[in-house]
Amino acid sequence: MTGLSRRRLLLGGAAAGAGAAATLGAARAGLIPVALPDPGPDAAGVNGERTVPFHGPHQAGVTSAPGAHAVYLAFDLLRGTDRERLAAWLRLLSDDAARLTQGRGALADLEPELAVRPAGLTATFGLGREAVRRAGAEAPAWLGPLPAFPQIDALEQRWSGGDAVVLLHGDDPTSIAHLARMIVRDSRSFATLRWRQAGFRRAYGSDPSGTTMRNLFGQVDGSTTPRPGDAAFDSAVWAGSEAPAWLRGGTSLVLRRIAMDLEGWDEVGVDGREASVGRRLSDGAPLSGGAEKDPIDLEARDASGFTVINPAAHAARAHVADPARGIVRMGFTYDDPVESGATDSRGRPAVSHVGLLFGSWQRDVDAQFVPMQRRLAQADLLNTWTTPVGSGVWAIPPGCEEGGFVGETLFG
Amino acid sequence: MHARPLVLAASAAAALLLAGCAPDAASEDAPLTVTDPWVKTAVPEDMMSAAFGTLTNTTDEDITVVAATSDVFPTIELHEVVDGAMAPVEGGFDIPAGESLTLEPGGYHLMIMELPEAIEAGDQVDLTLELSTGATVDLTATAKDFDGGNEEYHGSDMDMGSSE
Repeated sequence: MTGLSRRRLLLGGAAAGAGAAATLGAARAGLIPVALPDPGPDAAGVNGERTVPFHGPHQAGVTSAPGAHAVYLAFDLLRGTDRERLAAWLRLLSDDAARLTQGRGALADLEPELAVRPAGLTATFGLGREAVRRAGAEAPAWLGPLPAFPQIDALEQRWSGGDAVVLLHGDDPTSIAHLARMIVRDSRSFATLRWRQAGFRRAYGSDPSGTTMRNLFGQVDGSTTPRPGDAAFDSAVWAGSEAPAWLRGGTSLVLRRIAMDLEGWDEVGVDGREASVGRRLSDGAPLSGGAEKDPIDLEARDASGFTVINPAAHAARAHVADPARGIVRMGFTYDDPVESGATDSRGRPAVSHVGLLFGSWQRDVDAQFVPMQRRLAQADLLNTWTTPVGSGVWAIPPGCEEGGFVGETLFG
Repeated sequence: MHARPLVLAASAAAALLLAGCAPDAASEDAPLTVTDPWVKTAVPEDMMSAAFGTLTNTTDEDITVVAATSDVFPTIELHEVVDGAMAPVEGGFDIPAGESLTLEPGGYHLMIMELPEAIEAGDQVDLTLELSTGATVDLTATAKDFDGGNEEYHGSDMDMGSSE
């Protein structure tokens, strides 16, 4: 296809999209689907060739908007993976990611045809305490399993931990699967795959870009989380002089696999559902008023003198006034096959196995994530229907420039 | 309303260009550039390995790669796979002016004939190509675990002299 004809297609598609968006505005407010004139086939495949730069001061999966699909891979290092071998492994992984995220086949890639539609594919690498130890580097104090939260935790080893983690996210599950395949293939000499967890949001094109996700409880999930580029994002996420030198410009990842009891949730009416989180189901607006992104007013009172937002509501318990003390969250829904013999909260054979891969970025896990999680463990109405079943913490090194690799700062 | 689509189109076009082909780091002055060099991991008991990549002739003259050498591996041969069997390429790899030759599993490759030591995944293996002009081109191949490309090991029974 010539540049001119592609350009025309792109323009045509975008202009049609703008018109459709205007038509949709009113319908969106009430979330009423409307029949649109058939826009015709998308002849441009406009999102497939979209690339997010792999190289830069920060890892791309942190600074880019979450894709429609995500895969987390956790690895345990083989005994023989010493400092030198660890560096060789990380170099290989960065090489795979640098190529495939830019739409090029990996080295020794027998299916390079799969690489040509990255659709915003990103790869983000994280290291657990053991990997940092093998590198001979200083580990931040927070790097290790979270403290136990016995009120809520039902953690399973098969979803927890790992000496290293890779997060792949983008809009195309085929390109994600191919990069995941290259990464596990190139890891065999260094590490074993400990677990793999996959999640999703709405498909690309279903929502306008930047729309807050909905989880499978129907809730608008993550309304107040800072977005990349915000000052609040930077202050919450990037490790600075308080961190070991190799981590500066990086961050940390906490991943909690949170099972959601859909059958129990079925028993709750709209009022109860909204009260449990403190937000309207229809649009995510705080029950204290305003629109989705408006600040929540925890002091607002009703005619009887009670706070409008239940003090035990999720939004009240998770609230942090200073964004620099908060976290940046990135959730993906999982909807996995029901496991053999599983039962629901009423003892019936289970018919769902769903939840949230709750990921969060923060400079300091102990200072930001743990206090919030502690508050939520003590009291959060949502705890009735949610159970953390997996947990992990990793250091996320800064990004790298072309020719370098993520994690190189450990070996300087 | 019309400004945004234009901006979108421009940035999308830029992204397409970037995604197209990023040249690998290589000296622009070299008569021959090597893109994406890699070598298959192997242990000494395997007796052999192979290196691959794309050789591009940047000059106006035809180039012939006549040999490959290494400080580590005593014998490297220029091979191709014909009808599933490996054979030395007589006279070397000819690369016409301005054209490329891809060395890949199942096709042309650099055959590493003896392995004094293992080639481990992630190793950076230095090799040198010798041209008919006497010029040399250095390359560093990344070692990758690779299960394919085994046709070259079949039938020859490790006896290169008797294979066709």
